Amino acid sequence: MPRARIIVTLKPGLLDAQGRVLQEALHQLGFEQVQGVRVGKYLEVELQPDGDPEEQIEAMCRQLLANPVIEQYRYEVVDE
Amino acid sequence: MKAGVIVFPGSNCDRDAYHALRDVLGYEVDYLWHAERRPLDEYGLIIVPGGFSYGDYLRPGAIARFAPIMEAVRAYAERGGLVLGICNGFQILCEAGLLPGALTRNTGLKFRCRHVYVRVENARTPFTRRYHEGEVLKLPIAHGDGRYVCDEATLAQLRRNRQIIFRYCAPDGAIDPTWNPNGSVDAIAGVANERFNVLGMMPHPERACELLLGSEDGRRLLQVAG
Repeated sequence: MPRARIIVTLKPGLLDAQGRVLQEALHQLGFEQVQGVRVGKYLEVELQPDGDPEEQIEAMCRQLLANPVIEQYRYEVVDE
Repeated sequence: MKAGVIVFPGSNCDRDAYHALRDVLGYEVDYLWHAERRPLDEYGLIIVPGGFSYGDYLRPGAIARFAPIMEAVRAYAERGGLVLGICNGFQILCEAGLLPGALTRNTGLKFRCRHVYVRVENARTPFTRRYHEGEVLKLPIAHGDGRYVCDEATLAQLRRNRQIIFRYCAPDGAIDPTWNPNGSVDAIAGVANERFNVLGMMPHPERACELLLGSEDGRRLLQVAG
């Protein structure tokens, strides 16, 4: 059954307030090498094998799973 | 006048709006359940209230926009009906594409619950006609995701069309980053659509209609009739 793994994050130019706080926390733990942290969402969507799964996931991301005003997304479809 | 207050699962400012509209302003008010499918033409004002509709699942407002009643709200707005989205209602109207931009996590990550000052930037809208331009209002906020953002082109358009209706300010009206509670772009607290019949704002005018509650600066905003 095809399964899509989707990652949604804030667009690069947008301030990621959570990511900034995590970066500071990591610095306090001694991980001085951390140059940036972006927090996102991970979604798994199971599909019936019917039609083009990439096209379907693309439409789902555009219409609901990501807000195109502030977020970007990427995904991979695997057959399991 | 008759007003409608939409109720989603998770709305929690619907009763505040109902109270302000009925008990303070004397309007007839109906609650409108999110699953209803019916025209809204009998109403002079529709409120999309604050709260945590559908538990803020995915993003605030992301699920509410698919509620059956939202089709009626869209049609109502297209015909020129007055729609006011407050807090979560603002987030829902942005998600639905009825207003430009989006609301993201407050810069300080904290849920901010206190009174703020906002400046009326455009008094020539059906919602702000009882105020004068530059007037400073004291209104409560209560949100964790209130940082308004939009791209540069949209911001330029909002400025050009005077769609920025409220901006966070100091008590004397000065725009100052220390008085911006959530990091909103350009200190934006409220925006309208191009026709000015749809307004979204993070502060709560419905909770500022009686001096007993600390301010009555919001009352004139809800007074859209007459």
